[in-house]
Amino acid sequence: MDILVKKRIKQIKKGDQDAFADIVNLYKDKIYQLCYRMLGNAHEAEDIAQEAFIRAYVNIHSFDVNKKFSTWLYRIATNLSIDRIRKKKPDYYLDANISGTDGLDMYSQLASDNPKPEEELEALELQDTIQKEILKLPEKYRSVIVLKYIEELSLQEISEILEIPIGTVKTRIHRGREALRKQLRHL
Amino acid sequence: MMIGVIRMKCPADIVEKIHEYMDGELGHQEEKKLKEHLHVCSECMKHYQELEKAVAFVKSTSHIQAPDDFTEKVMKNLPREKRTVSFNRWLRNHPFLVAASLFILLMTGSLFSSFQEDNKFSVTKHENVIVENHTVIVPEGETVKGDIVVRNGDIKIEGTVEGNVTVINGNQYLASAGQVTGEIEEVNQAFEWLWYEIKSIVKEVVNVINED
Repeated sequence: MDILVKKRIKQIKKGDQDAFADIVNLYKDKIYQLCYRMLGNAHEAEDIAQEAFIRAYVNIHSFDVNKKFSTWLYRIATNLSIDRIRKKKPDYYLDANISGTDGLDMYSQLASDNPKPEEELEALELQDTIQKEILKLPEKYRSVIVLKYIEELSLQEISEILEIPIGTVKTRIHRGREALRKQLRHL
Repeated sequence: MMIGVIRMKCPADIVEKIHEYMDGELGHQEEKKLKEHLHVCSECMKHYQELEKAVAFVKSTSHIQAPDDFTEKVMKNLPREKRTVSFNRWLRNHPFLVAASLFILLMTGSLFSSFQEDNKFSVTKHENVIVENHTVIVPEGETVKGDIVVRNGDIKIEGTVEGNVTVINGNQYLASAGQVTGEIEEVNQAFEWLWYEIKSIVKEVVNVINED
C-alpha cells in the first residue's frame, strides 16, 4: 500500500488531481472519524476533514515523499480540529438545556427518522454517552486518546503526529485514561 | 478502614505501573510483579479493570464512515490543475486516438509536402543552359553533356544535348538546329510520372548490375 501511496503522491506533485482522489478514498474514513471524535459533530467533522484534504493537496510540495504520508495527513487534521475546538463558541451545545423547557435538551429535540428497536437505541445512547465523555476531555488528552484508541496508532506515530516527545504522549494517555475511568466507571 | 489497610501495602507507583502495563511497556519481571499484586489487592484490580473498561468503551465507538459524497466534494474544491498535466493525462488515457491522429497528421503532412514539391519548377544542373520563367533554354551552339530533367516547366533546345531529355508536366520544343543524342520524353500525368520514376530506378539497378 505504501508503494501505491508513494506513486500517487509523486503524480500529485506533478499536478495530477485524479491521483489525489485515490488518496482521499484511502484515508477519508480515518480522517473523518478523527475529526468526528475530536469535535463531536458530523457537520463540523466533515467540514474540517474536507479542509484537511484540501490543505494536504495545496501543500503537497512541502511533504517529503520518504516520510509516512498518513502521519503528515493526521497532523494536518489534528491541528485543524484543535484549532476549531479553541475557536468554538460554546453557545449551542446539544446537551445544553433549552430555556423555557424543563429538562429538555437539544438531543430530545432532534427528530428520529424511524423508530429503532430498543436494543439498538440503547447502543446508540451508549455511543452518545461515550462520545460526550470523550468531548469532556481537555483537547491535549482528547487528541492522544482518539489517536491511540480510535485510530489505533502507535505511541511513536502519535509522537510524530503531534510533534511532542514520546514521554509526553505517554503522560497524556495516562491522564486521559484516568479521566475517562472516572467518567465511565458507572456505566 | 479496611481499604486504608490494603492501600498501605500497595507500591507507591502502582497506578503508573498499571498504565505502563496497558501500553505494553513493562518488562517481564515487572509485569509478573504487577499481576501478583493485582491478584491480592482488589482495590488495584478494580482500578485496572475500570481503566480497561473505559478503553473498551472508547474503542467501541470506532466505526463511523465518511459521507458517501466526501471524495467528490474534496475534488470539487481543489484549486484547478495545470493544463499540461490534464493534457498529458488525456494522452495517456487515449493511446489509440493519439496514435491515429498522429498517423493522420504525418500522412497529410507528407502528402502536402510532396504535393508542394510536385508543383515546384526544377531542372538538373548544367553550366550552359539558360532558365527563363520556368523555361529551360539550351542556346544555339552550346553542347550540354549529360541528361536533362525538367519538372513543371518547358524546355527549348536550340543547341545540342548529349544525353536524354525528360520533361515532367511541361513541353519540349526542339528547334530545327537543335539536337538530342538520347531519348526525348514528356511526362504529364501523375501515373506516367510514377512510371517514369520506376523505370529510372529499374534502369539504374540494371546499370549497376551491368557494371558488375
